[in-house]
Amino acid sequence: MSIQLQATKKQDPPDEETPRIGVFICHCGANIAGFVNVEEAAKYASSLPDVAFVQKNLYTCSETGLREIKTAIKEHKLNRVLVASCTPRTHEPLFKSTCQEAGLNRYLFELVNIREQCSWVHMQDPVRATEKAKQLIRMGVARVALLEPRQEITVEVTRKALVIGGGVAGISAALSIAASNIPVILVEREKELGGLLRDVNKLYPTLGAASELVDEHVKKLQKAPLIKVMTRAKVLNVSGFIGNYKVQIDSAGEQIEDTVGVIVVATGARIMIPNGMYGYDGKNVVMQTELERRLKDGSFSARSVVMIQCVGARVPEREYCSRICCMTAIKNAILIRETYPETEIFVVYRDIQTFGTLYEEDYRRARELGVGFLRYGLAKLPAVDEGGVTVYDELLGKNVRIPYELLVLSAPLVAPEGVTELSKMLKVPLDANGFYLEAHAKLRPVEFATDGVYLCGCARWPCDIGDAVYQGRGSAARALIPLRKGKVYAEPLYAEVNPNVCRDCRRCVESCPYSAITTVEETVHGYQRTVSKVNPVLCKGCGACSVLCPTGAIGMKHYDNTLIMAMIGKAF
Amino acid sequence: MAACSDHPNIECLTYSAVREVSGNAGDFTVTVAKRPRYINESLCTGCGECTEKCPGKVPDEFNLGLAKRKSIFFHFAQAVPRIPVIDPTACLMLTKGKCGVCQKKCGAGAIDFKQTEQLVKARVGTIVVATGFDIYDASLATEYGFGRIKNVLSSLQYERLISASGPSGGHLNKPSDGKPAHKIAYVLCVGSRDITSNNYCSALCCMYAAKDAMLAREHDAGSESFVFYTDTRCSGKGFWQYFEKARSEYGVNFIRGRVSRITEDHSGNPVMWYEDTKQRRAKTLTADMVILANAIVPAFGTDKLAAMLGIELDKFGFIATNSFSPTDTNRDGIFVAGCVGGPRDIAEAVAHASAAAARAAETVTREAAVPAIGNRG
Repeated sequence: MSIQLQATKKQDPPDEETPRIGVFICHCGANIAGFVNVEEAAKYASSLPDVAFVQKNLYTCSETGLREIKTAIKEHKLNRVLVASCTPRTHEPLFKSTCQEAGLNRYLFELVNIREQCSWVHMQDPVRATEKAKQLIRMGVARVALLEPRQEITVEVTRKALVIGGGVAGISAALSIAASNIPVILVEREKELGGLLRDVNKLYPTLGAASELVDEHVKKLQKAPLIKVMTRAKVLNVSGFIGNYKVQIDSAGEQIEDTVGVIVVATGARIMIPNGMYGYDGKNVVMQTELERRLKDGSFSARSVVMIQCVGARVPEREYCSRICCMTAIKNAILIRETYPETEIFVVYRDIQTFGTLYEEDYRRARELGVGFLRYGLAKLPAVDEGGVTVYDELLGKNVRIPYELLVLSAPLVAPEGVTELSKMLKVPLDANGFYLEAHAKLRPVEFATDGVYLCGCARWPCDIGDAVYQGRGSAARALIPLRKGKVYAEPLYAEVNPNVCRDCRRCVESCPYSAITTVEETVHGYQRTVSKVNPVLCKGCGACSVLCPTGAIGMKHYDNTLIMAMIGKAF
Repeated sequence: MAACSDHPNIECLTYSAVREVSGNAGDFTVTVAKRPRYINESLCTGCGECTEKCPGKVPDEFNLGLAKRKSIFFHFAQAVPRIPVIDPTACLMLTKGKCGVCQKKCGAGAIDFKQTEQLVKARVGTIVVATGFDIYDASLATEYGFGRIKNVLSSLQYERLISASGPSGGHLNKPSDGKPAHKIAYVLCVGSRDITSNNYCSALCCMYAAKDAMLAREHDAGSESFVFYTDTRCSGKGFWQYFEKARSEYGVNFIRGRVSRITEDHSGNPVMWYEDTKQRRAKTLTADMVILANAIVPAFGTDKLAAMLGIELDKFGFIATNSFSPTDTNRDGIFVAGCVGGPRDIAEAVAHASAAAARAAETVTREAAVPAIGNRG
């Protein structure tokens, strides 16, 4: 298919009013004017079709410059504005607001960048820099002439939240949201709250009882009348979008339906059962949780304990560190040495993860208490026989056999059952390990790319209690933005499907990173058909769907083909 | 930064310091000293012409002394707000009463040599402390020769060197002779996990050392990278995979062992003396350049600020928080976010800051006498 550049002959502007474009060219001191001949560019701009007014400003963004724009809009009855200045990242919002203040729709504005794209990069060639500036202005004028006025989209937000998961992360999120006087539904799959903590004896680094921390959290929940706790509950169905999620929940056989504005995912993790590994039998070869249980109820009796770290973690099948196991082992080793000083303990590890200011001293303390640490590598895994573990210690460079009465395996946290189902229901992604994938690994760690859905705790990645608490509260803070505002505003720059051309291939649905596209039944020319539909609130206007659509059914509002072809037509 | 400065509910007071805090949760009065920039902020357009013509030339703090800046300068290219500052200790007009080139060049008439410090009082319901960290002064670890051996650099100096907008345009040139470094070593735990300096793990260094080593290999495929480590600390999301990538795809050499000292050979190359603990042998390695992974330490002035706020420090000098409520200080209504409470990476700092915001929102919602935002008393 060839692109016909001539096909972009001037069309009538949509509002049937002749465009009267005002062009404002910025000197930016000497930043632009030092290399681009602003005088010449201005003269050229006045020669372009539909341009009714041209002005040069020393700084268009200064108070004076902005005032000049507003005056010109009124005095010269301008209905379109083009500013030729710097990057849109800096001042585009300011210029748009200025247009609005002068009574012009803010979307009848266009900016071309003649600083970064002309004067700064072509300093050595002012003549051609000026030519390029003229070209950009010509293209900008062609585009702005065809722009249509648009209105921002506003959606009411139901002031209620759903938190899925009643562990420490979910409870923290629920408490924080309710503290802003917003009702919360807290859904827990088990019959009791507390999540993974219910299987823990003592907590590192304080060595306080885990049950006390759970009780403290549950008490706070009981004192929060706005939080409705549902145990033995399951989310059956979710539909809708930010501000208006319809949710269906089954709680111990009873089904309820409700509408919530946002959803927080705090579904946690489970500990991998090391079946078939190192002779795991639940009796003499146990998991750390079983050791915790024996320490708690006093049935612990071994005189020699060996702990193996990274059992099923940091291996090709599970390429990650589970974050909490080193400190769990060190905590339990310290507890044993303090309570049962005659018991010998060795920890067989690969790298000790005692990060930050809280844990390194515990590692040192364990060694002071006589806990032995042996370092192994992935190349030579420890070998377990009846009553002994043979370890190739990388630092000694030899095999060491340590006898044990109790062998404790530190297995990683893994994604719990049901995550795939829930992730599909909520239309949010999982990573390769089955943990939920956040919007941005660094900058948006506790929210999804889909607006209105947030995440925290072990659902995101293995984490300890402190992490779970701040992530729970952090996700609540993000969720509270739409909840407290009571409204969501979306820019009217979104994709739109032409149902006449859509053939229901659903590539757009799969491509959308924001889950903004669904399929609907629609009557097209008297026929009932399934076609794609874009939710303008969720759509960010990224254009991924438009590029993939094989029939060209999807156009981008404010960036549709007519506008782009008009610019290309003027480019050469 | 831009989002913060553009937000209608956020008033940014940059180049400022807290002088006094009184009151309690729900109603604090804070006195902030706005240091003089010698620029009228409402007139300045940020064009930067003043910085072009200034004759001053002093070491640039942002580039950690690897480049020079003018006496009137932007702290860095993306600084928010985009308003320059005049360095009163270097400016000829402010020190000797002559020059004034910037004033003549400024089309907006924004230069104001007579500006003085201004005290701003603000009534707020809650306070979040997010004053960050400093890096450990590696010259205190005298055995590593930082400050003495030219080609031994700090981790932040390396960040500037490898940055395309940095003083060397992104080229890893040796400070001693300006020639490219091909063999680069990264030494971890400098001032961390060490009872003679800081008995804690700085939490970030393993990951950035892996990143730094990979960047060097991307920059120059013929280069060699060596990372000296104790334990690879990789418990964050996707971190272990990242390490494995450095090892297997980028060919970064990881050596388990702590460097005992660094000397300089006759051609100015740093020589590391260390024990390779996996081979149980004392060895030396000569590199073109050595990068030290400085520990994360409490920011200068954290103690003074904490005293002003009436909040406690932990034994290392970071602001003390509850292990199970890691944004809370010992005072109601005062919270911390990020590394001021201990080392944290970016994702952790972002989530932690959101949590501090949640706690702050709880305080202002709870307290009846909430002053209007930005209401100055």
